[in-house]
Amino acid sequence: MSRPAEGIPEPRHRLGLAALAGRGRETAVGGEDGPCGPDVVGGLAAAWAEAVAGTSYVSMSRSEIEQHLAGLTRQLVTALLAEPFDPTPARQVGAAMVAAHFTGTETLNRTVALLATELPARLGLFRDGCQGPVVERVAAVQGALAAGYAEALRQRTLDEQEAISQAVFVARDQTEQALRASEARFRAVFAEAAIGIGVGDMAGRILEANASLLEMMGYSLEELRQRNVRDFMHPEDAASVWRLYDELVHGQRDHFRVEKRFFRSDGEVIWTHLTVSLIRDDRGHPTYQVAMIEDVTDRHLLQERLRYQALHDPLTGLPNRALFLDRLSRAFETGGRDGRVGLCYLDLDGFKVINDSLGHDVGDQLLVAVGQRLDACVSAPGRLVARIGGDEFIILVERSGSTQDVVVIADHVLAALEAPIRVGEHELAVSASIGLVERPVHGTTPADVMRDADITLYWAKSDGKAKWALFDPERNAREVARFTLSATMPAAIERGEFYLDYQPLVRLSDGQLVGAEALVRWRHPEFGLLAPDRFIGLAEETGQIVPLGRWVLREACRQARLWQDRFGQRAPFISVNLAVRQSRDPSLVADVAKVLAETGVEPGRLQLELTESAVMGTADEPLDALRALSAMGVRIAIDDFGTGYSNLAYLRHLPVHELKIAGSFVEGLRASAADGSHVVDARIVGTLVSLAHALGLGVTAEGVETEAQARRLDDIGCDSGQGWYFARPGPPDQITRLLS
Amino acid sequence: MDRPTWAPVEVDVDRPSAARVYDYWLGGSHNFAVDRALAEQALRIVPELPEITRANRAFLRRAVRYCLDNGIRQFLDLGSGIPTVGNVHEVAQSVAPESRVVYVDSDPVAVAHSRAILAGNERAEVVQADACDPDAVLGAPGTRRLIDPDQPLAVLMLALLHFVPDSDDPAGIIGRYRDAGPSGSYLVLSHGTDAADERRAGMKELYARSTTPLALRPPDAVAALFAGYELVEPGVVYLPEWRPDPAEAPDEDPARFGVLAGVGRTP
Repeated sequence: MSRPAEGIPEPRHRLGLAALAGRGRETAVGGEDGPCGPDVVGGLAAAWAEAVAGTSYVSMSRSEIEQHLAGLTRQLVTALLAEPFDPTPARQVGAAMVAAHFTGTETLNRTVALLATELPARLGLFRDGCQGPVVERVAAVQGALAAGYAEALRQRTLDEQEAISQAVFVARDQTEQALRASEARFRAVFAEAAIGIGVGDMAGRILEANASLLEMMGYSLEELRQRNVRDFMHPEDAASVWRLYDELVHGQRDHFRVEKRFFRSDGEVIWTHLTVSLIRDDRGHPTYQVAMIEDVTDRHLLQERLRYQALHDPLTGLPNRALFLDRLSRAFETGGRDGRVGLCYLDLDGFKVINDSLGHDVGDQLLVAVGQRLDACVSAPGRLVARIGGDEFIILVERSGSTQDVVVIADHVLAALEAPIRVGEHELAVSASIGLVERPVHGTTPADVMRDADITLYWAKSDGKAKWALFDPERNAREVARFTLSATMPAAIERGEFYLDYQPLVRLSDGQLVGAEALVRWRHPEFGLLAPDRFIGLAEETGQIVPLGRWVLREACRQARLWQDRFGQRAPFISVNLAVRQSRDPSLVADVAKVLAETGVEPGRLQLELTESAVMGTADEPLDALRALSAMGVRIAIDDFGTGYSNLAYLRHLPVHELKIAGSFVEGLRASAADGSHVVDARIVGTLVSLAHALGLGVTAEGVETEAQARRLDDIGCDSGQGWYFARPGPPDQITRLLS
Repeated sequence: MDRPTWAPVEVDVDRPSAARVYDYWLGGSHNFAVDRALAEQALRIVPELPEITRANRAFLRRAVRYCLDNGIRQFLDLGSGIPTVGNVHEVAQSVAPESRVVYVDSDPVAVAHSRAILAGNERAEVVQADACDPDAVLGAPGTRRLIDPDQPLAVLMLALLHFVPDSDDPAGIIGRYRDAGPSGSYLVLSHGTDAADERRAGMKELYARSTTPLALRPPDAVAALFAGYELVEPGVVYLPEWRPDPAEAPDEDPARFGVLAGVGRTP
């Protein structure tokens, strides 16, 4: 900038210049000690730095600032004193200040003030009395500096505004590029996704759909856009699906995920996993809904098939055990307090024979045919026919009214099976046995009902074929008790729950006690005192009779030894019952010999009682055993003689010493019998006694209850008697007392 | 939901930016009406703010020179903002032209501006990243190009961490940067403190409306941020007290700035 400062008249310039020039000649401008010398400039710069300290941010230390301002000061002094005077360089000083970031408004203010006061003062210009031109020159310098400053600051401000705007523009541009890139990515995700994606507005209008969705639904995009989300309601949709949807479009939920069926455009049904999400705008208002739909039809059908296979019998197509048990459990869950449930558990009679003789193929076809008949005559809502396995079927009556319901069904089933079933060339007559259980669900369990149905079916089978049996809790209780007894018997022997009572055997001629029959009792901790009829038969079935019998024998012999020691020859023989199974036990002889040896009882004081059937049995081994025992000196008695079918001729070859006449004959000897039957019985007893005596056997009458009976028996010639008339069975002390 | 890393950051000039407000207080014009409005509002609460920003900038200059005197030739300026007068590369490269400087800011406008200013300067980079995500900063291509992890490094966090709440774990962030440099690296920190007076509360409220809310900390919490560093003299002090220019008269009331400063060195 080289034009002169405006408004400053030339003559005054010259005038001022001359004054200053004169001074200037005395002390050279820019010389060591002149106005531009380090002292003056340095002092001015320091004063300037002090004046503007803290008014602008400049990236300089204090000394750097002073150095910088010293340069500017030198320019100002030079301009002020120059001849001809030209304030233009002061503009450059103003611009330089801005460049160094002396941009604070206060900086300019203080700088201008400093130019008016310190600059001329330190240059000593006022001392010469020519203040007029000096003031003018200073004002011109001030003006030029301020103009340069303003010009530079304006330029700087515009540049900075431009720079920041440019930065915003660049940043936006980059952002938009990134946005476009990300939009392209999103669009690719949307368009190419294998999952169906649809976008709808909050009214349910469909706005966008990707190719997968269009293909899945069988519509074009235009067709879909004509539709509303609610048009895709399926009659089988769970109520929750549309409740969730309503919550979503009302902004109460941000997404939901359901399984849902859709009708394709061709009417076909597809199964899907549907996820719907709510899209909100910046202020949180619901704006769009996005649905992601995955076609799971194949998976669903496979699952359905697997589920069906898991719950149905492949042969008959009927529900299987798993489905039946599931429905049974559900009947219990929904039955409440008053609900009843019924089961018909059915098993074909003689199926195994058909299977074995005609082959599995025929057997299978028979089962299919039976399944069809059952299904036809029984299946109805609330009833289920299932094949449980093999030739077993079960009918569940989920809400039975009464026992009569299942009985009616059972009768129907038996009738339905009456007509022969044709399998290939075979006309097969089949029948079934059915166990029925019907009861309130309250207080019982599916497992209880199943077990009872199983038991009842077993009853029906053992009762004969083509029959049904109804569960009988008392019969069941008895069987349970029997089972319990047999199960606990071994431990009971160990624990000493058995004991022996003794009933005297009395010689009729003189009333002398000659023997005692040992009778076993069970003091059961749960059922109380049990007579032998409650458990001996059971023990025979289970085989427990052998260890129990061994215990009875040893215990009886131990007692016999006590009496033998105490009463010597007067001691009674002991009579011990031997069960059929015991008599056939190979170790019987050895057991008896061992017990006799251990207890020291004379063999003649032991009598073993056997039933007719045990003695007259077909096998020879028992007889061998009896002969061995007899040879040992042990007495053998036939118990309850006359009730079986004894081969009387055979009797003479048997190692038997005594017959015990059954109480039923003795009963007839009561005096008061009005119909004269006693006469017949008396003759029978007499004949038996004669027979026995003819064979050299002794005779004991059982069941003697009156004196008259005792007398008649004596008259007839019977040797001994046993019964309540003489004494009831009792503890060994009773015998001891009778002998004492 | 976290924004995916490839999704763009929005450029929103309708909200004030801390970087542009700071520029305004420094006397710059790299700002918009909305920035100036906030800056003026703040001035009504704390009239010293321009003075504070100048003092902060002066501390930056003194601290960078201190680091240069101690052999540091690479600088990582976190939250660098608008690179107005006296920024790090000017100070550093005027003393040691081989100095390398990486500026980091999350404000896309500040980054674009920095990029324009740094065009042609091979030894300076600007990285757009969140300074509170050290992995992103240290892993950025610009950082990896200029910063040699085997050479001591000065990490600058000026007027930055008082925008980082405790929930973002500022100590953990510093730790990651500390571990990124070898022994003899520096941390240069300035941090607004709420020890001075209650006017800061008003500032907090004001800043809560900008894109960058304020988390002022008491002096002991600021000192605790130097965990793992040895503080160089004079420790954590108010801005003007940190190794002041001997030519300048000592400030009579340094606490009025309400900003603490310190430099730490890893042993």
